[in-house]
Amino acid sequence: MSSSLQPEVPAPLANLKIQYTKIFINNEWHDSVSGKKFPVLNPATEEVICHVEEGDKADIDKAVKAARQAFQIGSPWRTMDASERGRLLYKLADLMERDRLLLTTMESMNAGRLFTQAYMMDFEMMLKTLKYCAGWADKIHGQTIPSDGDIFTYTRREPIGVCGQILPWNGPLIMFIWKIGPALCCGNTVIVKPAEQTPLTALHMASLIKEAGFPPGVVNIVPGYGPTAGAAISSHMDIDKVSFTGSTEVGKLIKEAAGKSNLKRVTLELGGKSPCIVFADADLDSAIEFAHQGVFCHQGQVCVAASRLFVEESIYDEFVKRSVERAKKYVLGNPLNSEINQGPQIDKEQHDKVLELIESGKKEGAKLELGGGRWGNKGFFVQPTVFSNVTDEMRIAKEEIFGPVQQIMKFKSLDDVIKRANNTTYGLAAGVFTKDLDKAITVSSALQAGMVWVNCYLILPSQCPFGGFKMSGNGRELGEHGVYEYTELKTVAMKISQKNS
Amino acid sequence: MSSSLQPEVPAPLANLKIQYTKIFINNEWHDSVSGKKFPVFNPATEDVICHVEEGDKADIDKAVKAARQAFQIGSPWRTMDASERGRLLYKLADLMERDRLLLTTMESMNAGIIFTKAYTVDFEVMIKGLKYCADWADKIHGQTIPSDGDIFTYTRREPIGVCGQILPWNGPLLTFIWKVGPALCCGNTVVVKPAEQTPLTALYMASLIKEAGFPPGVVNIVPGYGPTAGAAISSHMDIDKVSFTGSTEVGKLIKEAAGKSNLKRVTLELGGKSPCIVFADADLDSAVEFAHEGVFCHQGQICVAASRLFVEESIYDEFVKKSVERAKKYVLGNPLNSGINQGPQIDKEQHDKVLELIESGKKEGAKLELGGGRWGNKGFFVQPTVFSNVTDEMRIAKEEIFGPVQQIMKFKSLDDVIKRANNTIYGLAAGVFTKDLDKAITVSSALQAGMVWVNCYLTFSFHCPFGGFKMSGNGREMGELGIYEYTELKTVAMKISQKNS
Repeated sequence: MSSSLQPEVPAPLANLKIQYTKIFINNEWHDSVSGKKFPVLNPATEEVICHVEEGDKADIDKAVKAARQAFQIGSPWRTMDASERGRLLYKLADLMERDRLLLTTMESMNAGRLFTQAYMMDFEMMLKTLKYCAGWADKIHGQTIPSDGDIFTYTRREPIGVCGQILPWNGPLIMFIWKIGPALCCGNTVIVKPAEQTPLTALHMASLIKEAGFPPGVVNIVPGYGPTAGAAISSHMDIDKVSFTGSTEVGKLIKEAAGKSNLKRVTLELGGKSPCIVFADADLDSAIEFAHQGVFCHQGQVCVAASRLFVEESIYDEFVKRSVERAKKYVLGNPLNSEINQGPQIDKEQHDKVLELIESGKKEGAKLELGGGRWGNKGFFVQPTVFSNVTDEMRIAKEEIFGPVQQIMKFKSLDDVIKRANNTTYGLAAGVFTKDLDKAITVSSALQAGMVWVNCYLILPSQCPFGGFKMSGNGRELGEHGVYEYTELKTVAMKISQKNS
Repeated sequence: MSSSLQPEVPAPLANLKIQYTKIFINNEWHDSVSGKKFPVFNPATEDVICHVEEGDKADIDKAVKAARQAFQIGSPWRTMDASERGRLLYKLADLMERDRLLLTTMESMNAGIIFTKAYTVDFEVMIKGLKYCADWADKIHGQTIPSDGDIFTYTRREPIGVCGQILPWNGPLLTFIWKVGPALCCGNTVVVKPAEQTPLTALYMASLIKEAGFPPGVVNIVPGYGPTAGAAISSHMDIDKVSFTGSTEVGKLIKEAAGKSNLKRVTLELGGKSPCIVFADADLDSAVEFAHEGVFCHQGQICVAASRLFVEESIYDEFVKKSVERAKKYVLGNPLNSGINQGPQIDKEQHDKVLELIESGKKEGAKLELGGGRWGNKGFFVQPTVFSNVTDEMRIAKEEIFGPVQQIMKFKSLDDVIKRANNTIYGLAAGVFTKDLDKAITVSSALQAGMVWVNCYLTFSFHCPFGGFKMSGNGREMGELGIYEYTELKTVAMKISQKNS
């Protein structure tokens, strides 16, 4: 990924003060209706960073009222030029740039993301994504349609209305942008519930949203827990769409609740068990590096983690050997420190789940090549772990691990490996490594995955619509297609005296 | 709606033999696994036309297996040219045309649709619709995308897979085309469950599908009941999408089941309580006629029924008078007979529901201008009924009636009537009658409905994406956008050595 400007990475902000810890509604800061607060932790040290107001159904109700009001016909937001919505998003991007150090220090501290990566690559991606969405605002086109009869027909892509957006903890700030960017550029109003583990950067963004000049009620942020605030969103009778990124298990509950309540529109970005297929003719070093990054990025806590690696028999042993060497290059520790290149898992629950799956790998007979357990005494760290001789029935080959654990499996026949790669309820991403033209095209066609990478992995620019086949999700985010999912189509047919082509 | 050819309407087929009464899987006719059959009625006479095999979960499972097999990579259907799929749909249209008399006689007899209308206007719309879908088959475009990085990126609009399609009884043949047309043109395989009241034309179409040359397993038809066969579809773990047309109540169950099972994609076309707004400057006679048709078409059994008619105060009395006169022009009876222009409601349940709502109108103080009860001794007939002085809180102003019952309400202020029109959980269609340019555009923008007609109503064309806001549905059918809802988007990103614009 090329970048035009390579800033020097400063030190993280020392003595970061957390200024915003309340619920944000109508551009104002509110205490929770219940008076409750909840602690926010640093996963590298297990220390409490601060406490944040805990939103629940009553706070969601307040936020929905504000968002609904801001969405009324005749409101500032509804009567604003589309290009002005885009200008506000550009302004927001500028304010983010101004507060880059603060935001990335906060993200690293709260979400366990590596500071240097957060400051550079991640942040650059976020700004680009926000600007990409801003650019779409006045290009949301409907059509005129040559329908039968003396009729003038056109469609409008209107904003859907009040959108509830439930964010995950693995990329709090990037996911915030991914969700509000398209929603706002299309003219919706939003209620954001950041993950309970990671509410801080969303709340700082609220202050920037107010500063940028978004009208009150357009963006509302209610920190809280899934079963309370999150459930209140998915069951709400006056929310028009819910967008959720997280586990498939919770995604199902959300779609069920949407059906039970008011048939709100649903976009889901869920789990995965994404396969990489490495053919013998692939560029071996490149394949190893991409496959490695694909599963170890952010300690394996990415929905597209390349957690099933199918390597053609003739290059298998070499591939394993080099993958193991590559996985030895980690220095674990506090992600704020510049020499560290592997941070912690987000919390105890995730940490224990990863360790449990590692144990299952050992028990079920996979060969442990590296790592295999926890690291250190404090913080939720897991040693980079590599298993070889993994077979399809093992739990580590079937269940989403969400940890720094790589599974390397062998294959011989092309038709067979495609079947094995598709033999899962998931369908988020896949990687194909080959120099052969025909293989590249036909195998990527055959794989049941919404995002297929060829001779690379994890390259996710905002121009690409992203989302899952099967139980990895419903709908797409970003790209033209994903932006349009934040619109509701209206067809208008006007009788005229005579139509002409 | 103009038609280039106005065929003379022959007499309906005398002594119609029902040849196809079994379950259609893999281009073969099967008995139900349980051995059960169910009766199919003529709603005008209450006579049993025939018995049909009753499909349940086990039959749905067989059909899904066949559909899944037909969808495999490398299958005839998957490797077929897209244009060939279109050619098969054209062939199907030709066979329908050949069997027009049989199909429309069957439809009229089984669904209570007026024969002359079924033979002419309705059938023409279906043939055009099928050909419209056929034309799209080789125009389902993905994109190449100028994404960041040394990447070549493209999207493919792939077929989703196995689609379950649950049809309503109000337009059995038309909705069969609406569902099967787009699904097949995009390359999916389908499992169709016609309404239990009206399975016959779908089964006849199965014979034409086989004759046209569609490969086995591409179209499967399983007649049966909602709570059994329908529920088996919405809960199935190997169906990738469900499309349902019917009541909002059942639509909610389907979305809930989709969430509980495998997150299958969901398109829903549900109920409505669609408003017409008639301004004082409207062409009065034209508005009276369109508003009338809008609620009396097919005995009011249409999802877009114009069942809340808001008329500006100054023309109210005249409007009511003319509407009452217009509603007197019905000759009720067997829809097969020429000279009859109002047929029966579909069954006793619907019939009783309509009568119950009419009674509520009387009790709650609406003024009964015409009709108000059942008609005749045999068959499920309801007198054309008109209520005036209807107020918003009455049940007839809030609940979907699905019968030949018109509610005429008064308004004074523009802002107020828009609020009243939008004050419903539904959002399917709306009509605006005015000669004023600004009113036409701004009022149609303000109405929360997926299909807005201006100075007309019910002008349907397959070119227009059709569907509901709010609880009238999820997604769109027909038009370019509706066709694309039968595709699953895949993004492929290939690393290259150097990208150039």
